[in-house]
Amino acid sequence: MPEPARALFRPPFRNYQFDSAYDEMFEAPGVPRPHYQALFQTLLGLPPEEMRKSQQAADLSFLHQGITFTVYGNDEGTERVFPNDLLPRIIPHQEWRKIESGLTQRIAALNLFLEDVYHRGRILADGIVPRELVYSCRHFRREMRNLTVPRGIYVSICGTDLVRLPDGSFAVLEDNLRVPSGVSYMLANRKVLKKVFPTLFRDYGVCPVDHYAQALLATLRALSPVHSTTRHEPTVVLLTPGVFNSAYFEHTFLAQQMGIELVEGWDLLVHDNVVYMRTTAGLKRVDVIYRRVDDDFLDPLCFRRDSNLGVPGLFNAYRAGSVMLANAVGTGIADDKAVYAYVPAIIRYYLGEEAILPNVPTYLLTDPSQRSYVLENLEQLVVKAVGESGGYGMLIGPHSTAEQREEFRQAIQAEPRNYIAQPTLSLSRAPCFLDGEAHARHVDLRPYILYGENVTLVPGGLTRVALRRGSLVVNSSQGGGSKDTWVLRA
Amino acid sequence: MLSRVADSLYWMSRYLERAEHTARLIDVDFQLRLDQSPEAGAGRWRRLLEALQAPLPEDGKIDATTLTHILTLDKTNSSSIISCVAAARENLRQVREQCSTEMWEQLNRLYLQVNSTTASEAWLLHSYVFFRAVREGAHLFQGVTDSTMSHGEGWQYIQLGRFVERTDALARLIGTHLSRLPYSPDQAVESEEYLEWVGLLKSCAAFEAYCKNYTAELRPLRVAEFLLLNPEFPHSVRFSVAKVHAALRAIAELTERKAEQPVRLAGRLRATLSFSQIDEVMASGATAYVESVRQQCGQAHSAIHQIYFDYPVEAELAF
Repeated sequence: MPEPARALFRPPFRNYQFDSAYDEMFEAPGVPRPHYQALFQTLLGLPPEEMRKSQQAADLSFLHQGITFTVYGNDEGTERVFPNDLLPRIIPHQEWRKIESGLTQRIAALNLFLEDVYHRGRILADGIVPRELVYSCRHFRREMRNLTVPRGIYVSICGTDLVRLPDGSFAVLEDNLRVPSGVSYMLANRKVLKKVFPTLFRDYGVCPVDHYAQALLATLRALSPVHSTTRHEPTVVLLTPGVFNSAYFEHTFLAQQMGIELVEGWDLLVHDNVVYMRTTAGLKRVDVIYRRVDDDFLDPLCFRRDSNLGVPGLFNAYRAGSVMLANAVGTGIADDKAVYAYVPAIIRYYLGEEAILPNVPTYLLTDPSQRSYVLENLEQLVVKAVGESGGYGMLIGPHSTAEQREEFRQAIQAEPRNYIAQPTLSLSRAPCFLDGEAHARHVDLRPYILYGENVTLVPGGLTRVALRRGSLVVNSSQGGGSKDTWVLRA
Repeated sequence: MLSRVADSLYWMSRYLERAEHTARLIDVDFQLRLDQSPEAGAGRWRRLLEALQAPLPEDGKIDATTLTHILTLDKTNSSSIISCVAAARENLRQVREQCSTEMWEQLNRLYLQVNSTTASEAWLLHSYVFFRAVREGAHLFQGVTDSTMSHGEGWQYIQLGRFVERTDALARLIGTHLSRLPYSPDQAVESEEYLEWVGLLKSCAAFEAYCKNYTAELRPLRVAEFLLLNPEFPHSVRFSVAKVHAALRAIAELTERKAEQPVRLAGRLRATLSFSQIDEVMASGATAYVESVRQQCGQAHSAIHQIYFDYPVEAELAF
């Protein structure tokens, strides 16, 4: 980096660094992008002490509100505050429009794919997606064959992870079609930032996100079975695995915001294919379940027998059409990381369109030539287990040890279907406020897509930050944090 | 309201009341011991442990430092203050969406405060600060609850939990005191014993209220009357039972259930307390009387559990 440009830097940007990654704030060292200009000026005029105080106040408010998540595999202090960064990530209106249309297209195609796969299987017969890829997927549910879901909506709630590549374009890193989480942090971050930068927020013209809960409720109600619409207002509940789940805070938060009951498996029971909840006034019928419990644990009679989180008989009631689940069972085949590679083809097949948001290049390890390439170049690639999420089961080549690579090499050779590989992406970087200064950290973006009577995207999303220096992993379970995302009105 | 939610609110409230009660008892005891001989102090500890239903240490040694630790900050003791506050918070955490944000924040703050306390000699000397914080934290929670939560079904379970717990704890405390200390009912108590009776009143936060009612002359009969039968004082048994009864009636109405049993049990106990005469109670055996109050309170608790929290599903489906 040329020295003169550095000299331009005043606190808090004195130690701000650039590399080959796209920088969200600066188009050149010291030159902010137009939509970051106002934030840049504000930060230059702000005493670091002030920022630090705001940060402490925000942290304390998160702690007191109990906005925490649970870390698995760690006995001590399993409840942790989700770190929040005070500098907003700003997305211009035009860019958001493209994201919005790209994600709308994607969720439409993936729903058509699910309906097809669980019914006639045209796309498999036509050889667009290999049959064995779908049937060998751990999340394929035979039980869903020929079961018709209302409006053909399998995925009502989707959280898609986007990354920005060095050329400034967005690409889809992965789809989360089972039980995506994190939306409560989007709402909590917004609340904090409105307190920290009230004037800036107003002057920027940021699209509101506060109507998310209402939109979610409307999406869930759109699923309600026919019998209930004539009977009464549908009873919608949120099914949580319970207080030990990592996203428990979010479950309570959403239930409270929507004004619906938060239930655990043992609050529900099934009789004659009808689902009831156990209330102090007796049993009450349930019509729609927004379940935050994985397929495997939903019904011990149908899936995992050792599950204590589910409701015996729930799946039969679902098959009988007396209760609806969001998302549907078996959606995991469409966010399998190997099926992911075929999503552009899936979009072309059903919609006759090219994908608006591209995929990241992906190597399928079932293919012998791709596999041998990957095994030779492990130290440059990222390897992911296809059915995992949350940053578990992942190898980041450049940051790995020879031992870890060897472990993955053996795992891949044993079960090639279980893994995919991608080039190590240089995720874009955005300024974060750390130790009283602004530092560049890698970020991604997870917008939330709701599919009910129509597709709704709340303008914004969760920008996740890899707070550890140089780290590329943004997952909360792996030491990531988050920041507010401002989508501009115009 | 979900049965599980009602259950959690009820227990949250009971645990918090228990924490407050324990904090008050130990605090009062700590103050009294400064004025007493070590032998009298050991007797007090025994009664305190009995009133709190805490086991005597295995070696039978009464050591104030160890015992205070066991009752306050010992996480392995499920009835220590820290465990009770944690249990209250855990219960509320499971039903967070049912309470107001302010309530959660207040209880969470109390939990964080209690949890950040470490026992030491210095802490012990100034432990009154800790006990006051627990009491104030609990009071604040009650105030926040009353002013930010709808006084609907959920609130009634909170009331119910608090006053069931209070009835039981008060009855046990009074029972222990009356059965372990010699006294003549209608004579003013004297010097050494005076402290014990002040201690009893203060353990019920009742010393000032008693003095207003009967002046500072302490007679066992009057103390017992005040703590058992006073209709207006919030830490009397009669007052607590009246609250239990009122909450149960409200719940029966709100749930439109033919839940006669809990209401009937609480109503009967309330009537007994309303029409009792203290001299008759003392003459026929105060300990037995208090024990019967506890028993009936326990029956009401079981009935609540069976009707609202854990009813047999078959009967419901037959409806």
